Amino acid sequence: MTAVEFKNVDIVFGDNQQEAIPMVDAGKTREEILEKTGCVLGVADGSIKIEEGEICVLMGLSGSGKSTLLRAVNGLNKVTRGEVLVRDGDDLVDVASCDAKTLRHMRMERVSMVFQQFALLPWRTVSENVGLGLELKGMPKAEREAIVEQKLKMVSLDQWKDKYAHELSGGMQQRVGLARAFATDADILLMDEPFSALDPLIRDHLQDELLELQRNLKKTIVFVSHDLDEALKIGTHIAIMEGGRIVQYGEPEEIVLNPANEYVAEFVAHMNPLNVLRCASLMTPVSDLRKDGERIILDKYDAFKVALDSKGAVQKVTFEDKEELPVFSFGADHSLDDIPDCNIVTASPEITMKRAIELRQSTGNPVLLSEEGVLVGVVGDEEIYQGILRQSSIADAAE
Amino acid sequence: MSGIEQWLVDHKIPVGKWGESFFDFLIDNFAGFFDAITDGGTFLIDGTVDMLLFVPSIVLIIMITGLAQYLQRTWKLSLFVFLSLLFIVNLGYWTETIESLVLVVYATVVCMITGVPIGIAAAHRPWLYSLLRPVLDLLQTIPTFVYLIPAMTLFGLGMVPALVATVIFAVAAPVRLTHLGVSSVPKPLIEAAESFGATKKQLLWKVEIPYALPTIMAGVTQCIMLSLSMVVIGALVGASGLGKPVVRALNSRQIDMGIEAGLAIVVVAILLDRLCKQRNAPVDGA
Repeated sequence: MTAVEFKNVDIVFGDNQQEAIPMVDAGKTREEILEKTGCVLGVADGSIKIEEGEICVLMGLSGSGKSTLLRAVNGLNKVTRGEVLVRDGDDLVDVASCDAKTLRHMRMERVSMVFQQFALLPWRTVSENVGLGLELKGMPKAEREAIVEQKLKMVSLDQWKDKYAHELSGGMQQRVGLARAFATDADILLMDEPFSALDPLIRDHLQDELLELQRNLKKTIVFVSHDLDEALKIGTHIAIMEGGRIVQYGEPEEIVLNPANEYVAEFVAHMNPLNVLRCASLMTPVSDLRKDGERIILDKYDAFKVALDSKGAVQKVTFEDKEELPVFSFGADHSLDDIPDCNIVTASPEITMKRAIELRQSTGNPVLLSEEGVLVGVVGDEEIYQGILRQSSIADAAE
Repeated sequence: MSGIEQWLVDHKIPVGKWGESFFDFLIDNFAGFFDAITDGGTFLIDGTVDMLLFVPSIVLIIMITGLAQYLQRTWKLSLFVFLSLLFIVNLGYWTETIESLVLVVYATVVCMITGVPIGIAAAHRPWLYSLLRPVLDLLQTIPTFVYLIPAMTLFGLGMVPALVATVIFAVAAPVRLTHLGVSSVPKPLIEAAESFGATKKQLLWKVEIPYALPTIMAGVTQCIMLSLSMVVIGALVGASGLGKPVVRALNSRQIDMGIEAGLAIVVVAILLDRLCKQRNAPVDGA
């Protein structure tokens, strides 16, 4: 079910919007529009559909319009033209055109927001800050306290509830910001570069915490970031924006494998591929592997050979035609310690490049990839090297 | 050259006359209104003064010392308050001090009641502030004596014209500082409240006023000090208080009286300033 949908959203700042809109339609750049009309183009023709439970990352350089688009969801930025549909029960409400009362209802019940600079009220304690949204709704104090307590526990800050916000470290302040956003139980969470003001270690930690929380909460999150690594780690979908326009929208791997233009390629060149690339796009497929009679040869030294049964499942793996290697099927919930010595591993082609390298290193053998019991490909040293080189060749091309 | 000058002199713009006829108009048409204010104000101020003077001075001094202890929580200041009030009693200006203090308190209350809402309104409407700014500048640059003339015309002699002149002179400070405080609320804080559905009223009471409070309180302090300076000048229109002995000393060249009354004013000023000082440094916004 769609949670948030942007439909041909244009956002223009300035007084001369009547003149600016036709220029937006003509595809003029932000600079041209500014020079001619004095208006600043925020977003041009933004259309995305975000499903419930997704984490959609809006990503781009500063000034690309990502925050502007995000802030249209709760009406902090006014939409010049187009619709921003947000789910409210069975209906989709267009927050771009709804009245003040509806907008207030959406802000109180449906959409909550986390800010880059935390935006905590410095004269309030941590729990008073977390309770802000509930207080604005008019919820009585006693009722509020129970919810605040629970949300603070969620971000493990219950010990700190009586401190003032400014007494906490940056990372803790943003956890307060998260708890405040969770407190109203809104299903849609807007996060405007929430971790950018934090140092890298804390940032990484909070990203993990967010993903962990999301596993149970299953909120719809619209997340703004200027960091592709963050976007790839967090996002189920990524929209890349440039100069107010969405230049590419898709799943993380799609963006890494097929950057739509140079701007996207530039981002991709500087990201870390290990967590993003999946073995399905790294592997050598079975059909491309050499054969020795009925057996399939896995590496270029003819050392590893696999015999398949009639359905294509792995039957027997031999090393240098003598030794038979036991096969271990590596599932999603296994850890590296579960693998017995001297085994060859089969895993899903959905595992990341990082996981494949770990498996390769831990077993000393190539990793077999099978889907529903059928061998589909192999990832060995060659494939891993190519995966890394491909990344650096994108980097070279972008420079 | 002298021809032009002569022409200019002959064709004097009757600014003063216009002003006068404006006040004449007010008196002719709204005399009842001004009289009512005068009577009410006199009753209130004199009543308060009488009530405070009914209390033995030493009891009142102990109460004020207690207030100082409650507000600032330093025994040094409380001791200073206690001793300096005894010193005023010793000089023989206790009654005048009470009269001046009452006038200052009433003037400050009126200034805050009018100034803070005006400041808030101006912070929300830039056009209003750009209208207001020259008026505020004018109020603060016109020599304070000038206020006394219309105040006296409209409200007669006594405490009330002094109160009115004081309010006009001092109200600019809380207006300016409230405007400053409210308009410097960081945007993210406002947006945070808005994003949770705050109404304009909630925004004002839960974000803007709490954030601006330290600045607004600085306005109170300034207002008190400005009021004190004006209250002394108020003696010229018959307001009783510490200004009276000063004016009398000036007219009769009594140096000793001038020194003593002047000293009492200084002591009161220092006391008020120390009492109003904020105990905690204002927390910063980010």
